Amino acid sequence: MEIVLVGLNHRTAPVEVRERVSFTAEQARRASEELRSKGILEETLVLSTCNRSEVYGVPPETSRESAPGLSTFLSEFHSVRMDVLGTSLYHHYDREAVRHLFRVAAGLDSMMLGEAEILGQVREAYRLAHEQGATGPVLNRLFQSALEVGKRVRAETELGARPVSVASAGVKLAERIFGKLRDRSALVLGAGTISEQVIAQLRDRGIARLLVMNRSRERADGLAKQYGGEALPWGEWEKALPLPDVIVSSVSAEEPILRREIVERAMERRGNRAVFLMDLGLPRNIDATVGKLYNVYVYNMDDLTEIVAQNRQARENEIPKADSIVEEHLGKFLSWQAGVELVGLVDELRAKMREERDQFVRDRVESIQHLTEADRKLVEKLIDEILESLLLEPAQRLRSEKDLRRKVQNVEALRDLFLGNREKS
Amino acid sequence: MHYALFISTVVAYALSLALYLIFLNTGKALTGRLGTLLLGAGLVMHYFVLLERSEGTHTVPYHDLYGAMSLFGWLLALTYLGLELYHRQRSVGALVLPFILVFFVAAHLAPADRLSPPDAHGPTFAFHVALNILAYAAFTLSCVLSLTFLIEERFLRNHRLGNIVWRLPPLELLERMSQSSVLIGLICITIGTAFGFLWVYRLSSKYSFYDPKYAITLLVLILYAVYFRLARTTAWRGARASKLCVFNFLIVFLSFTVVNLYLSANHRFF
Repeated sequence: MEIVLVGLNHRTAPVEVRERVSFTAEQARRASEELRSKGILEETLVLSTCNRSEVYGVPPETSRESAPGLSTFLSEFHSVRMDVLGTSLYHHYDREAVRHLFRVAAGLDSMMLGEAEILGQVREAYRLAHEQGATGPVLNRLFQSALEVGKRVRAETELGARPVSVASAGVKLAERIFGKLRDRSALVLGAGTISEQVIAQLRDRGIARLLVMNRSRERADGLAKQYGGEALPWGEWEKALPLPDVIVSSVSAEEPILRREIVERAMERRGNRAVFLMDLGLPRNIDATVGKLYNVYVYNMDDLTEIVAQNRQARENEIPKADSIVEEHLGKFLSWQAGVELVGLVDELRAKMREERDQFVRDRVESIQHLTEADRKLVEKLIDEILESLLLEPAQRLRSEKDLRRKVQNVEALRDLFLGNREKS
Repeated sequence: MHYALFISTVVAYALSLALYLIFLNTGKALTGRLGTLLLGAGLVMHYFVLLERSEGTHTVPYHDLYGAMSLFGWLLALTYLGLELYHRQRSVGALVLPFILVFFVAAHLAPADRLSPPDAHGPTFAFHVALNILAYAAFTLSCVLSLTFLIEERFLRNHRLGNIVWRLPPLELLERMSQSSVLIGLICITIGTAFGFLWVYRLSSKYSFYDPKYAITLLVLILYAVYFRLARTTAWRGARASKLCVFNFLIVFLSFTVVNLYLSANHRFF
């Protein structure tokens, strides 16, 4: 085994376990250091997000069966007993470890299929480990390939294209009307969990002005402070209505609070400019007839849930395309691993040696007057044979090298010494 | 015309249309960019087709139905490409390219007139015709944009969101693009018409007001000016203004077809 992965994620572990085994950046750095200093791994990278904690590594040649040691290390590092952790951990080696990482980077293994954040998290984890010097030629290559897979899947498939949460679907719909939200304003009535999700989405899209109103002013203040908005007194919501382009309502009320005549008045005051209303309350906060008003677009919880379901299906339809990209890059990685690139290196070395030979023949052999043309050819042939025999043995040794890490290091050393450039690693 | 040049232009426009359609359906940025590139290539080749035609007939390329239609298609493509680059929005390409393609191919299929040496020539006349055809192209584009707005607005209002709605430009951008297009049309038709009057005056030292084309051009100008004003008002912004824009185009269509072919003595093809 040359690449090992031990970890847990949202599929294998409940949140109570996941949160105990997650790594901060500092913990990840420390764990990497310990794993290498204890000789469990030679290269290491910790990937920790809210839904997964995974340790990727290259074990030393003398101790290939490193997964049990890695599990024990995780248990000790986080002070979580093995009987708690044991059933949640998964172990993958070589091909399966590579495939797993590629699927993670592609968003195929995420709780929310195709989510975009994971690629940034993989990139950040790699950056930290690389800066720390915890990665080497194998993990460098592996993670660069994974980042490429992630980018390609996002560019070539629809896996992450459409929103799959009620909050993001609502905000994306607002963008269908207004375009970019950077110069728009929003009013959020209510300060519950769903409101917070919408606020976070609006903030992500750079909404210019965010107003929060809630019956409990304290909660509105808290949300406004957290997301850089303004909290207004609940009693003023009707006065504030004409200003925003996006209105989100998620309050507990037995009757609709946004009645037709209220919205009509607000539209008059805002010069009939389009407004997008998101009704996330149950029972509904917005009168059903409001949607019939000119330039007023109303979406309630059912509408958004249906859109989310359609989009989920659309994303799932993209899985085969994304998987084929994963498999393509897996093949490339395995080819690299098997030393196919060695052929290129040997060819380059051979070309370099021939250049030297030609130079030598021009400078030294051609100046010997008594040699005939046939003699010169013979000398060239003999030089070629010596060069080939010099090249043969190291090439065979490199090919038969079982340790991938050492093989890559040797290839790099050869390039460095004879060709004067380094392979991208 | 060299047949190869004609075929190459058709192929460039058709491929551009296909790529724009794929872009609309999948959102792949690369296909959109290739669509734009091929549209640009089509425009260049189309220009040479027009040039070749002009050299062959020893006159400007709008003296017959063929030339007027082909020039219209070319200017439509040019206006669209300008708007696409200005607003950085490619999603409408799939809706505009069919018009360009149809006008180009139909122009080729239309019988070319045996032209007598035209008495209408000179730069003033050329500006008059070119600017007015450019105005028609811009109005056509604004109609396509307004129709797209109305369709998308209907889908959004009825909560029917398919693949395409996520790809179309936002409603407010469509409105802005349509207004930009109308503004181009208004400027062109105003200057183009002024050139027309100037040319008539130079030719006969007096204005003639008997041509129905004058009346309908004035009507078009007023209607689009009204649209341009109303589209920014409280009561009309949005779907109402877009409907007005589509209605205005019907008048343009009337002007370009019925009035030109049957009512006007001096404006047969433009």
